[in-house]
Amino acid sequence: MNDELHYIVKRAAKGLMSRREFMGRASALGVSAVMANALLASAVRAEEPVKGGVLRAGMAGGESTNSLDPALAASEVPFMVNMIWGEMLVDVTPKGEIDYRLAEEISSNADATEWKFKIRKGVEFHNGQTVTAEDVVATLKRHTDEKAQSGALGIVQGISEMIAEGDMVTLKLASGNADLPFLMGDYHLIIQPGGGVDNPAAGIGAGPYKVVDNEPGVRHTFEKFANYWDPSIGHADQVEILVINDNNLRTAALQAGQVHMINRVDPKIVELLKGVPGISVEAVAGRGHYVFIMHCDKAPFDNNDLRMALKLAINREEMVEKILGGLGTVGNDFPINAAYPLFDDTIEQRKYDPAAAAELYKKSGHDGSPIVLRTAPGAFPGAVEAAQLFQQSAAAAGIPLEVKVEPDDGYWSDVWNVQPFCASYWGGRPVQDQMYSTAYLSTADWNDTKFKNAEFDELLLKARAELDATKRKEEYSKMAHILRDEGGLILPMFNDFVEAKRAEVGGWVQDPNGELMNGRALVKCWLTA
Amino acid sequence: MHPILRLVVQRIALGLLLLLAVSVLIYAGTEALPGDVAQAILGQSATPEALANLREALGLNQPGYVRYFNWLGGVLTGDFGKALTNGQDIGQAIAQRLGNTLFLAGCAAAISVPLAVGLGLVAARYNGRWPDKVISGITLSTISLPEFVAAYFVIYLLTQVFPIFQPVAMVFPGMGFWEKLQAVALPVLVLVLVVLAHMMRMTRAAILNVMQSAYIETAELKGLSPMRVIWRHALPNAVAPIISVVVINLAYLVVGVVVVEVVFGYNALGQYLVDHVAKRDLPVVQAVGLIFAAVYIGLNILADVLSIIANPRLRHPK
Repeated sequence: MNDELHYIVKRAAKGLMSRREFMGRASALGVSAVMANALLASAVRAEEPVKGGVLRAGMAGGESTNSLDPALAASEVPFMVNMIWGEMLVDVTPKGEIDYRLAEEISSNADATEWKFKIRKGVEFHNGQTVTAEDVVATLKRHTDEKAQSGALGIVQGISEMIAEGDMVTLKLASGNADLPFLMGDYHLIIQPGGGVDNPAAGIGAGPYKVVDNEPGVRHTFEKFANYWDPSIGHADQVEILVINDNNLRTAALQAGQVHMINRVDPKIVELLKGVPGISVEAVAGRGHYVFIMHCDKAPFDNNDLRMALKLAINREEMVEKILGGLGTVGNDFPINAAYPLFDDTIEQRKYDPAAAAELYKKSGHDGSPIVLRTAPGAFPGAVEAAQLFQQSAAAAGIPLEVKVEPDDGYWSDVWNVQPFCASYWGGRPVQDQMYSTAYLSTADWNDTKFKNAEFDELLLKARAELDATKRKEEYSKMAHILRDEGGLILPMFNDFVEAKRAEVGGWVQDPNGELMNGRALVKCWLTA
Repeated sequence: MHPILRLVVQRIALGLLLLLAVSVLIYAGTEALPGDVAQAILGQSATPEALANLREALGLNQPGYVRYFNWLGGVLTGDFGKALTNGQDIGQAIAQRLGNTLFLAGCAAAISVPLAVGLGLVAARYNGRWPDKVISGITLSTISLPEFVAAYFVIYLLTQVFPIFQPVAMVFPGMGFWEKLQAVALPVLVLVLVVLAHMMRMTRAAILNVMQSAYIETAELKGLSPMRVIWRHALPNAVAPIISVVVINLAYLVVGVVVVEVVFGYNALGQYLVDHVAKRDLPVVQAVGLIFAAVYIGLNILADVLSIIANPRLRHPK
């Protein structure tokens, strides 16, 4: 079979290509319809899950300081670990739809201020208890307690009342929020027995696997939970995560077959790794992005002409090419891309324009002293090099940038959100509202560009309660325009998740929601050999 | 009191004083690090409320010297406290990690020490001739290579080109002894390469130094074979400097192998320390720092004492 045909058969079998498109492309390759049908049928059989075995992932982003408490998960390994033993009310599918997990039905009133979640019956926790509406409410309540230090505090804060009644959970909101179901898919909000109040780090949930060994920063092992409710996932008997923070070692472990999949492939070695037999590189366009942020309330960045000059003085294509090795897309100075529902793709793409930048720079009346841009190797991968590229492209527009490289240690406490101009990154959120509310609302805790715009805030609150998708899309588009043209955000690129797996891993799908199939790769994949 | 016993007691007392001084330095040093624990734990995604709560919970609002004495009191009663970041008991976590560190160091020492001393003897025996040159050449080139380069080279050669070993060298409770040996084979190899030259050169130099003495000439004139002269007459008189260099290398194997541990993902103390430094988990950093210092001081005392015992002139002072 030739490579092209092989490729499209595989894609069609995985459901990444429609049957109609597959038949069309197969006939273009000179394959008869009967033959194409037969090929597809056998490929689909080959894609049927295989049960058993030990599936292993080698991952960067774990430390010996990690905890099993879902409220505290902040890096990749704890996130993935929690997705293996835990279950939320809902998940978000790769296509951006709600995947009903512990909630089997969701409904709301007309202004989206009251939501009802019907809890799936007969689902068991690993300790044998049944999942009840009371457990759900206790879990959400624990995350509202400031002492829990939950990463989901911002989400649950907006819930004014939580009621458990029979198998129904009712959540009343202070103001309407059409996205609430998506927010319940936040990875911190794993339902724990009794809300996990007694021992939040017990690692007992309703997920497909039970925790066996938990050695933070070293290894996490799990075994299949026999009473898991959903037979369509959880194929391997055991799954394991080895924490391998060193890039070279992680790649070597994949090549030697010690692990079956790895996250965070260094863009520099992608081309080399593609040539290794039995290994495939998976680049998934997600919502994460690398940014340079200016404080709109501090000189000289309180001048929109200067901000705009800097936005025009960055060469986005060059950044994607050189910093991401082509594995990403250009950004347009607002934090939303096509991976979000209700994205407006008609907004004009901003381009590198040194002449216009020079003119705006002159108009801003800046005194010509060097503008200090702070960066650090850990601000995002390639952040130092990206700052240097920015310096070069800005110099061509006559804007003097001074790159100051800060140590990684203390970067997030002493530089980010403190200094007026620095490099940073965002992981993205499932819906636009959450991204904007987290970092661009005037009153947001993490408003790291100090962007305060009354019209933008008003639109955000209006869109949040809007159940009509067309109107909502218009409102989001207006907000994008405001942020793009007046904000303190320079967003040159959206980075792909770059991962690699061995050929014997079956069931892999591209998921823009998060790394390694939104943390579910070990749960949803299987070993074919 | 026997002079040697007195000496040992003196050294140990001095060592403890030194350790106390080190504990103050470690404490002051970790306090002076930029950033704070709460921010480092919560990362970029920290809200001001969460930060304030965590600081309160961690007792970071007390003055530094109060926390130092609380900590010292705990350490003296064997309680290292709990890790700030994940609440694990530090004593337990360290015990297991220390076991792994000692296992790796022990394996590397069991191979490198006899090998280095043996090669040193051979090099001294054939001083200036080709075996000497080959041995010196090879060991000097392996010591000149930075550890991580040697490590990546070994990984490439023995897991990719010749897939004999697994690159990730983690050991877990429940693994058999043989399995553990297989797991640590590569880091042990790298460590042996790194420490070999130092001990070998010192052995060779110490022996050659003694070889100039009159009694060696006498032994040669008696008609003893060169290897026998070295073994019976030169080595016992050269053993003191060899012991000190061996012990220094042992100390290095325990406290200085962080790079090798990180490159192979070996779950021992070094990696544990690095993780907790990054998160400003001070109790852990202080505990590990103290253990490293204790190992270093302890081994140095051992070296002193052994050298004295090995030297009759020091053993029986007039």
